[in-house]
Amino acid sequence: MTVETKLALSAQEVSSFSQSNNEPTWFADLRATAIEKAAELPMPKPDKTNITKWNFIEFPVHTVESTPFNSLQELPTEIKEIIDIEGQENLYIQRNNTPAFLKISEELASQGVIFTDILTAVREHGDLVQKYFMTEAVKVDEHKLTAYHAALVNGGVFVYVPKNVVVEKPLQVVFVNDNEEASLFNHVLVVADSNSAVTYVETYVSTIEESKGQANLIEEVIAFDNAQVTFGAVDVLAKGFTTYVNRRGHLKRDAKVDWALGLMNDSDTISESITHLVGDGSLANTKSVVVGRGQQKQNFTTEIRHWGKNSEGFILKHGVMKDAAQTIFNGIGKIEHGATKSNAEQESRVLMLSENARGDANPMLLIDEDDVMAGHAASVGRVDPIQLYYLMSRGISKAEAERLVIHGFLAPVVNSLPIESVKEQLTKVIEGKVR
Amino acid sequence: MSTLVIKDLHVSIDDKEILKGLNLTINTNEVHAIMGPNGTGKSTLASAIMGHPKYEVTQGTIEIDGENVLEMEVDERAKAGLFLAMQYPSEISGVTNADFIRSAINARREEGNEISLMKFIRELDKTMDFLEMDQDMAQRYLNEGFSGGEKKRNEILQLMMIKPTFAILDEIDSGLDIDALKVVAKGINEMRGEGFGCIAITHYQRLLNYITPDHVHVMMQGKVVKSGGPELAQRLEAEGYDWIKQELGIEDESVEQA
Repeated sequence: MTVETKLALSAQEVSSFSQSNNEPTWFADLRATAIEKAAELPMPKPDKTNITKWNFIEFPVHTVESTPFNSLQELPTEIKEIIDIEGQENLYIQRNNTPAFLKISEELASQGVIFTDILTAVREHGDLVQKYFMTEAVKVDEHKLTAYHAALVNGGVFVYVPKNVVVEKPLQVVFVNDNEEASLFNHVLVVADSNSAVTYVETYVSTIEESKGQANLIEEVIAFDNAQVTFGAVDVLAKGFTTYVNRRGHLKRDAKVDWALGLMNDSDTISESITHLVGDGSLANTKSVVVGRGQQKQNFTTEIRHWGKNSEGFILKHGVMKDAAQTIFNGIGKIEHGATKSNAEQESRVLMLSENARGDANPMLLIDEDDVMAGHAASVGRVDPIQLYYLMSRGISKAEAERLVIHGFLAPVVNSLPIESVKEQLTKVIEGKVR
Repeated sequence: MSTLVIKDLHVSIDDKEILKGLNLTINTNEVHAIMGPNGTGKSTLASAIMGHPKYEVTQGTIEIDGENVLEMEVDERAKAGLFLAMQYPSEISGVTNADFIRSAINARREEGNEISLMKFIRELDKTMDFLEMDQDMAQRYLNEGFSGGEKKRNEILQLMMIKPTFAILDEIDSGLDIDALKVVAKGINEMRGEGFGCIAITHYQRLLNYITPDHVHVMMQGKVVKSGGPELAQRLEAEGYDWIKQELGIEDESVEQA
């Protein structure tokens, strides 16, 4: 039996939103189909977290109007710190739901690189977007939240790197959230054509204390033959959001994607990062760090699925839990039949800083092929008192010693973020959280 | 001059008494060797002085210039001038050796009076050269993947950078080849002087060929049972411990298994 969910927006409202954006018919139709499906489809079922009582649907208003930034000097200090104001050549800033700043170097533009907000891309690069928007990686009808997302997309980014183009400097995106009524249905679509290379780094920052909205984020990376994508993300969304974030990679032959994710939301969060190694010889590295605090409930599923022969997948997750935070870490390495000589490795480590915190690491290897390699390691533990003793025996205070151990614990992921200012910001966020 | 005074020290681990009334007084400008067979409480003494969380002092006092060490947290003991070169140094992933040593130096300084980065780097480079350590060890994670010998050298590097008043070396010579031993001894000898006192705990006379002690103490059954000058160490090397046991009427020198 399916129960129709009453959604926050009617089909009529979705359609008029689409019209107000001058969207092409195909996209208006996609939204229309999606809003119907969203009413009927079941919710996703994240392993070991019951979300039946979470509110992923209601929000105060679908889209808020914000003032764009005329220059980077207008940015609030905490946003300025994330950006190399002088040196960053390729930058997109979105303020709540409004494209607020865009800069792309002439060199990239002349090479045919597309870097723009998603709704502009739908209008101006419709053929490309239509081909890849929720077709290869994430599908509209996977469950209620993917359909709801497709119907309500109100922001995000489109990146296209043509064949053989190597983008040397990173593309940086900052999603600023400074309106507590705002809901973020951001769609990020990164398409790297054959033999291309690109580094994309995004940051979600709330400057408000508490949000009343939804964050339903879907981000897709399509890497064609021999393409290389480095994808860095730092999420720092305020409490109050109900966050669903789905990052997915789809890799063709010999493609490579490196994910470095700093998952620092203060909201209840369901996060899934799944990479499909479709092509032979493709490789994915997924590194993520998580800090949970307060009463936060979070579920992080990281999966690499091997379809191609000789494909390699590495998952590394480090989490720190304090206060009464509850977090589930599901790590899945799945090797499909036929993916011979593949290698699936994963490591999950959780550090508990409080008696009341909960952290569960669930490593899973699902293997349907004989001729493969696979391994996993998982641990949940407390800060080692002997390590603290050692550090303190050199005169370092207990608090500082704990800070060093925690930073050290998270370093493997923090250090792999490709933009220095974003790395520093993440370090600062971690510092603020574990204090 | 500073003085470290240990009186009637009783120490237990998991309710088992290991030290049973140990007395020892060390001044700066002195090197004391503590020798003795395995299982007589030597390392327990080192751990108890530094404040290892598993060791419980049940009786007695430890004072530096009249200050009660036993009331201090581990970091306060370090700031009061104590340093323990550990037998098994911890590995701390993600924290570079250089960052750690700089934090340790700055922990002793007032806020606003931190060591400048340039000065720190100069001093670290110089000291690492002196200890014949690879420069890249500064940027490696603290003790992670270090060989036994590298760990011991790294303890001496920290000692020389931090410059404590009293250093306790817990079997700094175990597991070292002769070249590494010479380097480690060179570091300790460099520290010797007016402002520095040292307790070197060892099984072997060998270390004392390179670091000449001013005083030698023998531990058995959780106490110091005999003290003397460097000649005592030489006699132990030549004759072993049996003559002391006979002299004192000790049959089993180890801490009794209660």
